[in-house]
Amino acid sequence: MSEIFSPAFVPTAKPGPVASEGAATRSVLIGIAILFLALFLVLPLFAVFTQAFSHGIGAFLDAFREPDAWCAIRLTLTVAAIAVPFNVVFGLAASWAIAKFEFPVKALLITLIDLPFSVSPVVSGLIYVLLFGSQGLFGGFLINHGIQILFALPGIVLATVFVTFPFVARELIPLMQEQGNAEEEAALTLGASGLHAFRTVTLPNIRWGLLYSVLLCNARAMGEFGAVSVVSGHIRGLTNTIPLHVEILYNEYNFVAAFAVASLLAALALITLVLKSVLEWRFAGELAHGRAH
Amino acid sequence: MLHDLSLDVRAGELIGLLGPSGSGKTTLLRIIAGLDAPDRGRILFGDDDATGLAVQERAVGFVFQHYALFKHMSVADNIAYGLNARRRADRPAKAEIKRRVGDLLDLIRLSGFGDRYPSQLSGGQRQRVALARALAVEPRVLLLDEPFGALDAQVRKDLRRWLREIHDRTGQTTIFVTHDQDEALELSDRVAVLDRGRLEQVGTPDEVQEHPASATVMKFLGDSVEVAAIAEGGRVLVRGRATPVVAPAGIIGPVRLYVRPWQLQLAEPEAAHLSGTVRSSYRTQGRQRIEVVDAEGRILAVEDSDGVRYDAGHPVGLRITGGHVFG
Amino acid sequence: MVETPRPKRTFRRPSVIPGFGISFGYTLTCLGLIVLLPLAGLVVKASGLGLSGIWEVATDPRVASALRISFGVSALAALVASAFGFLVAWVLTRYRFPGRKLVDAAVDLPFALPTAVAGIALASLYAPDGLVGAPLAKLGLQVAYTPVGIFIAMVFIGLPFAVRTVQPLIAEIDREIEEASATLGATRLATLTRVVLPPLIPAVLTGFALAFARGVGEYGSIIFIAGNLPYVSEIAPLLIVIKLSEFDYGGAAAIATIMLGISFLTLLAINLIQAWSRRRFGYV
Repeated sequence: MSEIFSPAFVPTAKPGPVASEGAATRSVLIGIAILFLALFLVLPLFAVFTQAFSHGIGAFLDAFREPDAWCAIRLTLTVAAIAVPFNVVFGLAASWAIAKFEFPVKALLITLIDLPFSVSPVVSGLIYVLLFGSQGLFGGFLINHGIQILFALPGIVLATVFVTFPFVARELIPLMQEQGNAEEEAALTLGASGLHAFRTVTLPNIRWGLLYSVLLCNARAMGEFGAVSVVSGHIRGLTNTIPLHVEILYNEYNFVAAFAVASLLAALALITLVLKSVLEWRFAGELAHGRAH
Repeated sequence: MLHDLSLDVRAGELIGLLGPSGSGKTTLLRIIAGLDAPDRGRILFGDDDATGLAVQERAVGFVFQHYALFKHMSVADNIAYGLNARRRADRPAKAEIKRRVGDLLDLIRLSGFGDRYPSQLSGGQRQRVALARALAVEPRVLLLDEPFGALDAQVRKDLRRWLREIHDRTGQTTIFVTHDQDEALELSDRVAVLDRGRLEQVGTPDEVQEHPASATVMKFLGDSVEVAAIAEGGRVLVRGRATPVVAPAGIIGPVRLYVRPWQLQLAEPEAAHLSGTVRSSYRTQGRQRIEVVDAEGRILAVEDSDGVRYDAGHPVGLRITGGHVFG
Repeated sequence: MVETPRPKRTFRRPSVIPGFGISFGYTLTCLGLIVLLPLAGLVVKASGLGLSGIWEVATDPRVASALRISFGVSALAALVASAFGFLVAWVLTRYRFPGRKLVDAAVDLPFALPTAVAGIALASLYAPDGLVGAPLAKLGLQVAYTPVGIFIAMVFIGLPFAVRTVQPLIAEIDREIEEASATLGATRLATLTRVVLPPLIPAVLTGFALAFARGVGEYGSIIFIAGNLPYVSEIAPLLIVIKLSEFDYGGAAAIATIMLGISFLTLLAINLIQAWSRRRFGYV
């Protein structure tokens, strides 16, 4: 017996790589995946905009002529303007402490920071009601001193901070861990102060990761519904954020206005998605591991 | 990228495909296995045309450089995989599969390791399991892609010797790919040297070393120095002095002479073909190795066993005792 | 002569990098005040009720029904999200087709879209006169205001979890494994079911658990489409809201404790799956 690889000039069709499915199977699977995503994900988004403009642009704009709408927008911007910077500062501090130093119980600390992600939004609001509500742990104290936390801005901010708590930290911790300490140590040997090294070495290294996490944190802060709904009290023109305003309009069967205001949030979601994807494509190497597609 | 080539592998032989990286040796192996498709050409197993056969139908045993063991399966399940993958009618009985797996575990000297998982094995052990898995299907030809590439030097040597033993015991027709000359020369019945997609030479280790078909083969099989020479009257002259090298018939005029380190001897400058000054001198594996720099700044390696030590800067002459001529 | 001081035993390993004290202290303070203290408040409230008190709330028919709906429908939705999520992840990592990156980005839509917006959009789509609801109603299937609506919303929010947990692992599969299987005679289908899929099972389970936990806790995207009929389409988080509006803090805390307990068990299960996977395959 003899095995031959011969150069006889017999052209053969080139089959696809062995480790893949046939072309037909591939097309079918791609088709199913796209159809499923279109039906479940894209169609709802599409519905928001078609409903918002279903009675024309005038009806759409009417939704924003209401003072309550502007109050909701102002409140949402205020809440995000407090919650996002707070989480940025917290995220920077937490990632600096956790990524740059070695100490015991680190894993536990990371788990605790991640905790709010596994708590139902409604429960996230509930825990503040249990603390600050009229029958809550500190309820009596607050009433006696005339401090209003629940059904007011502080409660809404607290609930929002809680649900967005892990966003910045969980992006920056792995990112800083990947980058190590060498560059900061080099800066220190060159005579930089700690703060100077942080500003000139650490921050530039994590800027895209920071921006990425701020985007996601902001989207969640502006869009949070469950937690905020529990602590806000739904006072029109006072404690309604945009999502709560949408809910009220919808429950009043004012569908066009509800979807018009909702389209603001949908647009925000789209912008967030676009920027997030751009960051993932352009700066994959400068985001925490596993973000690249 | 492969050019037209024809390679005839004999039944029961162990043949090494040798070449630098990018020479196409792995591509050739994958084409034989059916993992890649040639633009044209045919693969024949004996008298059967395997060109149109899917990889599953070729009955080849392929051993991957990085083992490609199934991590979620035990060693025994890995080895039995090819037998279990057969259609029910062709599948051996459970007891028979178990017996064969046991035999193969004995063969690769891993008896008692059947219940372990690949992550619990060393690199050399994983490689042996990969080999047993490929042998289990009783392939018509065993194909090994850089089988020892990922292992450290000592394990490589042991496995090499062991693979030769296995081959001698089983008589399994085997093609393996390597970029390591020593490995190819030590292991193979015949060596096929590939370069840039071309088959340069096929022959026994002795043949390719004693009669390299081209300068490429010569250079790839070990250190050599290229010396400008003249072929005249069947002899090769360097700087007008005759050398023992015989010129191939019909070649006259300027030729390139390739000389191995052990084909150079230190000599008195007046009897020498080449001259230069000693750059360094050190002992390696029982031989004295002297590096000489010639007038053009080239470094000539000389291997000499007489044990004379020279200081750097010492002028020496070199006599050529052998070599190969290419037009 | 220089006297070498005995190394001090410190909490953290010594380092030249400054700022540990302040960053660590600030981290602990924030974590304590924002996360741990409020959660502790819930634990205090729940322990005030005692196990029997929680049991009493849990066995109340309306609460029991809501818990059953939340957990049951979420499990079903997580199952469907995992199956389609796997398909989507496979298609996105293995195949090249025009618009792939766009589709990939769209997978994160449920992460980015506020739940209330998703909720009213799903409700209007699946309402009996909605774009999808109307044809389905003709077939006799009512989605909105039934558990099917809850199911749809939960699949929507669970899908990204299912996709994103398996996607990186599919990308990491060594193609040589599949080639090895093929050279050993296995058909493509056998290669997929016996070589490719088994190592991905831990990731699929993790994705399932994440989608399940998210579905159980979800509120905003569900309440609009669910119709919230007690005993039929009322979910546990909504019941918490109702109890709170009735100033029944104890009842709300009891339901929350049960939900937290289950999410905690889910998290534990995820960790166990990953530990097992690491032991067995040497990776997660």
